Amino acid sequence: MTAIAAPHRPTQTHADVTRDVIGTLRTPSRGYYLALFGAIAAFLVGLVTFVLLLKDGLGLAGYRPPVMWNVYITTFVFWIGIGHAGTLISAILFLFRSPWRTVVYRSTEAMTVFAVMTAALFPIIHIGRQWVFYWLLPYPNQRFLWPNFKSPLLWDVFAITTYFTVSTTFLIVGLIPDVAAVRDKLSGWRQAIYRMLSLGWTGANSQWRHYTRGYLYLAALATPLVLSVHSVVSWDFAMSIVPGWHGTIFAPYFVAGAIYSGIGMVLTLLIPLRKALKLEHMLTDYHFDNLGKLTLLTGSILFYAYAMEYFVGWYSSNTFEQTTFWKRAFGPLWWAGWTMIICNAGVSQLLWFRKIRTNLTAMFLISLFINLGMWFERFVIISSSLSNDFLPYAWDNARVNWADWGILLGSFGWFLMFFLLFARTFPVVAIQEVKEMIPYPRKHPGGGKEGGH
Amino acid sequence: MARRPVPGVLASFVNVDSVTEAIRDLKSRGFRDLTVYTAAPNHEIEQVLDEPVSWVRAFTLIGGLVGVTSGFAVTIWTSLDWPLLVGGKPIAAVPPYVVIAFELTILYGSLCTVAGMLFLTLREKLRGRPYLPSFSDDRIGVFVPCAPEQVESVRAVLQQAGPEEVSVHAG
Repeated sequence: MTAIAAPHRPTQTHADVTRDVIGTLRTPSRGYYLALFGAIAAFLVGLVTFVLLLKDGLGLAGYRPPVMWNVYITTFVFWIGIGHAGTLISAILFLFRSPWRTVVYRSTEAMTVFAVMTAALFPIIHIGRQWVFYWLLPYPNQRFLWPNFKSPLLWDVFAITTYFTVSTTFLIVGLIPDVAAVRDKLSGWRQAIYRMLSLGWTGANSQWRHYTRGYLYLAALATPLVLSVHSVVSWDFAMSIVPGWHGTIFAPYFVAGAIYSGIGMVLTLLIPLRKALKLEHMLTDYHFDNLGKLTLLTGSILFYAYAMEYFVGWYSSNTFEQTTFWKRAFGPLWWAGWTMIICNAGVSQLLWFRKIRTNLTAMFLISLFINLGMWFERFVIISSSLSNDFLPYAWDNARVNWADWGILLGSFGWFLMFFLLFARTFPVVAIQEVKEMIPYPRKHPGGGKEGGH
Repeated sequence: MARRPVPGVLASFVNVDSVTEAIRDLKSRGFRDLTVYTAAPNHEIEQVLDEPVSWVRAFTLIGGLVGVTSGFAVTIWTSLDWPLLVGGKPIAAVPPYVVIAFELTILYGSLCTVAGMLFLTLREKLRGRPYLPSFSDDRIGVFVPCAPEQVESVRAVLQQAGPEEVSVHAG
């Protein structure tokens, strides 16, 4: 078995990094335009569906009592989860000084911002009267509404808006030195735009002094934030008494699932992107091996959480809990329940093998299974639990119709559209952070400490 | 509005040990107001420059404190101002508001950190100092502001460290 070279000391020079990364901003290929066109078309499908929902109301979607949280809330949790891997890689692994994150973190952070932007649409779509969405934020209550100020849904509003603001800020702050590097390599009107966006960055010691400290504190604040956001999302469910939701395991279970699904999406995006942008020499086996290990870790936590859910359901001696979990495995939605278990708990276990972790075709396929499995996980948790709550006479199965699929498809289009536009406008590899790992040349080789953290 | 250029000597280096050598030499001759341009933060250069730790942390702390205070204040005050009894719980129940106060701590802390970074960087005397595009690529720049009569001695110090090029900038 060949060892995977850990590029702590990459063979590239600073000039190579600038050239290769700025090279990704050259005129896009036909494939790029096709992908962008596809994304915009999917987004338009979602937009048309949304207009119809505005006109005719939520009855168009598959909402039938008792399943009043369905595909839209499932997809909301799905997209929020996707964002978490980006912040894990950009903030948590930054604090851990993990060397492999430098090449991947920019694209994952952009993914975070766009995923949260996508997720934030769903509560608004779901509420029905979308034109009064600002009622979600009842502080200060100058409209004299009658909200439940103690509702976990209110926590969610604060968590999501904070997460969106902070992750966007983190992305923009990280981009400033790189935008300056792009500015210095361009000319004409494009240079003028990047000059404006670079905010006068020159890389002077007096700028780095404040920048590096500020970035460190932003990472330190983003770390508890990312762990809190999916905990809060999980409490939307766990704070209620619906069978299958009311569990103390929910916060860590959701956070692990979020990171797992996020890395799945990172892999789905990075593997084609690496080829399209000719970054094969920068994004190597080493990075995919590490992403694979992280997927294995979070996938195994999920495996444990699934087992615990079933165990606690049985051990609770509560008929409703037991029925819910029995129905998840053998009820009308058995196929969704097993898709979730096989794609998440099962497929992730393949990553024990390094050969699989470094085989990009296998990793891409696994990432698709992760995306599928994690969407189904949320669907199973939300829709199957609601379909069997405390009033057996009201039990009914979850329904999904064209209005649900239209919005779901539109959300993928919306997300991919922004991601593709970003990838051609800004450096998808953090030039500055990769350079930090590469020592400057020396007059007297061997003397002094070399670069890196 | 064009800023008045700062007079001084600018040198461009390839090797990092040349830069540290030049900085040490310049500092020993009393030149403290140096501007060193690098494409990425570099610990060797930071060590030689030996600058105080940035005050950004004060902004982070103040932002965080404002966040936690306003989080509890807005929730408790709104509840008391519009008392709705839900589930027999106290009108201003603290536990559910902890989450909101926590999120606002992070939000205000982060925004104040960024504001602090911008504010502190703008206060630095960087305007009018020469810069070359190669500094964001693979070169390291050292600019030494100095009076015309000091130009020759500064240039000699920089030349000794082995730069790629040295240029004099008149005020």
